[in-house]
Amino acid sequence: MSNWRSWLGQAVLYGLFALFIGVFSHWPAYQALPPHEAVLKVSFIHHGQRIAPCRPYTQAELAKLAPNMRTPLKCERERAPVQVEVDLDGATVYRHLAQPSGLSRDGASSVYHRLNVAAGEHRVVVRLKDGTGPAFDHVRETTLRLQPAQVLVIDFDPEKGGITFS
Amino acid sequence: MRRWLRALDHRFDGAFGAAADPLKQLGALAFLLLWLLAGSGIVLYALLETSAAGAYGSISALSREPLGAALRGLHRYAADAFVLLALLHLLREWLLGRHDRFRRYSWITGVVLLPIVYGCAIGGFWLHWDRLGQFSALATAEWLDALGFLGSPLARNFLYGAVSDRLFSLFVFVHLGLPLLLVFACWAHVQRIGTPRVFPPRRLALGTTLMLLALALALPVQSQGAADLASAPQRLAFDWLLLFVHPLAAATSAQFAWALLALVLAALAWLPFASRVPRAPVALVQPAHCNGCGRCVADCPYGAITLVPHPLRRRLQLAQVRSALCAGCGICTGACPSSTPFRAGAAFVTGIDLPHEPLAAVRERLQRALAAGARRLVVGCEHGARVDALAGAQVAVLTLPCSGMLPPSFVDYALQHGAASVVVSGCREGGCEYRLGPRWTEARLRGEREPHLRPSVPADRWRTVWADAGEEARVRAAMEAMA
Repeated sequence: MSNWRSWLGQAVLYGLFALFIGVFSHWPAYQALPPHEAVLKVSFIHHGQRIAPCRPYTQAELAKLAPNMRTPLKCERERAPVQVEVDLDGATVYRHLAQPSGLSRDGASSVYHRLNVAAGEHRVVVRLKDGTGPAFDHVRETTLRLQPAQVLVIDFDPEKGGITFS
Repeated sequence: MRRWLRALDHRFDGAFGAAADPLKQLGALAFLLLWLLAGSGIVLYALLETSAAGAYGSISALSREPLGAALRGLHRYAADAFVLLALLHLLREWLLGRHDRFRRYSWITGVVLLPIVYGCAIGGFWLHWDRLGQFSALATAEWLDALGFLGSPLARNFLYGAVSDRLFSLFVFVHLGLPLLLVFACWAHVQRIGTPRVFPPRRLALGTTLMLLALALALPVQSQGAADLASAPQRLAFDWLLLFVHPLAAATSAQFAWALLALVLAALAWLPFASRVPRAPVALVQPAHCNGCGRCVADCPYGAITLVPHPLRRRLQLAQVRSALCAGCGICTGACPSSTPFRAGAAFVTGIDLPHEPLAAVRERLQRALAAGARRLVVGCEHGARVDALAGAQVAVLTLPCSGMLPPSFVDYALQHGAASVVVSGCREGGCEYRLGPRWTEARLRGEREPHLRPSVPADRWRTVWADAGEEARVRAAMEAMA
């Protein structure tokens, strides 16, 4: 191939490669979140209550234990799963039963869930059950106005009063 | 499919020259890009403020300077090009059937490289900590959380306020550690390749670098606003070449994306084991004719030959062939100094030979053809131009598994025993089925590599023509030009 054709060929091929990279490294734009939508994140790490309350060891049980192992109370390791429900404007949008972690099921239950919701005013009700009874132990409801692209985090922190919105 | 690929190769050969054809240098180009990434990355890292609060500002400030913008663009586009070339390299090797038997190790290590490459690329976006980095980091955390083996969700690190500097340090660790692993994995990938091409020809290297620089200057990489965990990124200028897994997981599910990834990697890794192509017989060493000179070791394209202590001759070594790695190409036979047809004796036995295509049989075919009056000799290979079509009353033809199997002394022998001219043909430069045949043959005939053609052989009575299948006319033209 004559020299000028060779240079032209190279220029075209380099150009096409650069064009491909240039285009697909920027375009098409990705709509990560539709316009006029906000993000609701439900996330917590929380230990459920023990499945049975602590009780004192009986004398017979104490006698079986080595002297250095004779603690006064017997506490079950296993914890109850944590159930969470989220209602948005009267409809349940999220329901989950988080099992305790660990081989002995004595670890914390963890939840992370993200859902997109329409921006605007919403009535949010969150219910959380961390015990063995039938009723929800923690309930909180609020009315919020969500801006487009706003991230609302629903968490649980016993030190902050339980269910939190931030 | 091979014919189509060959036609495409020829188009690129026309523009770049066969020796610098980028389609035949995809792996070497990927190594070049690794150098560009390392070089630009080191400078960028030196200028990066490695804190969640400072990273965005430092990179944005850098991008306002022309040199900084060029550096940043070079780094991004080199990463895009690296991924593209790696995938093209995989595709090409698969289309050419170069994934099984003695190439199995190279193929499987290459498959392992793929997730490491993408891990390196994705981690790089987080260091800028703009909206795209925020999106990618959170999407990756959510994707990893879907595996379910972590005690607490990684995504919780992105819930409130700002990312901690400790977590940002983890980002830095990922983007420094994975590339180091990548370098090691690339080293491992070429371990069973003799004389691996780890840098493209200078012209091609310069052209590729200039192309990426030009792209970086023409289309600077722009920041997309500082990360803000209180708001979710909406519309992003997206690097689909590197981050496609995020939209894929979002459009389907995290579990589906993992399953698809596992399936693709498993399918790729399984390919060598699914091949039904029979193995070629491996080269055999004749200890009585081997003195351990090591030329076959140096010339073997797949590192299949090692030297061990000679059992018969003290203080000498002996070549030993690892059969799993041997391609049966015969390049070792061409490299052996014992492979000279001038040897007298009842049996022509060389130090290393192909049992199904012994050199003695090749010499015998040549002798019969010359005795029958052939005045021209054409030597070709099984994968290049089909020289058998050129056979005639005056033309002796030898077809070898690879042109590299031809000991240069055979050219001398043919010219001394009646041939007026010798044409040696094989695959086009850079396209040899066994990688190094034309390169070693050319070097041996020019006296640049041992064993070499004697300088007293007239240079106008032999020539080389590197031509692919379908280009028999070029070999014929070369032969007739020497008539």
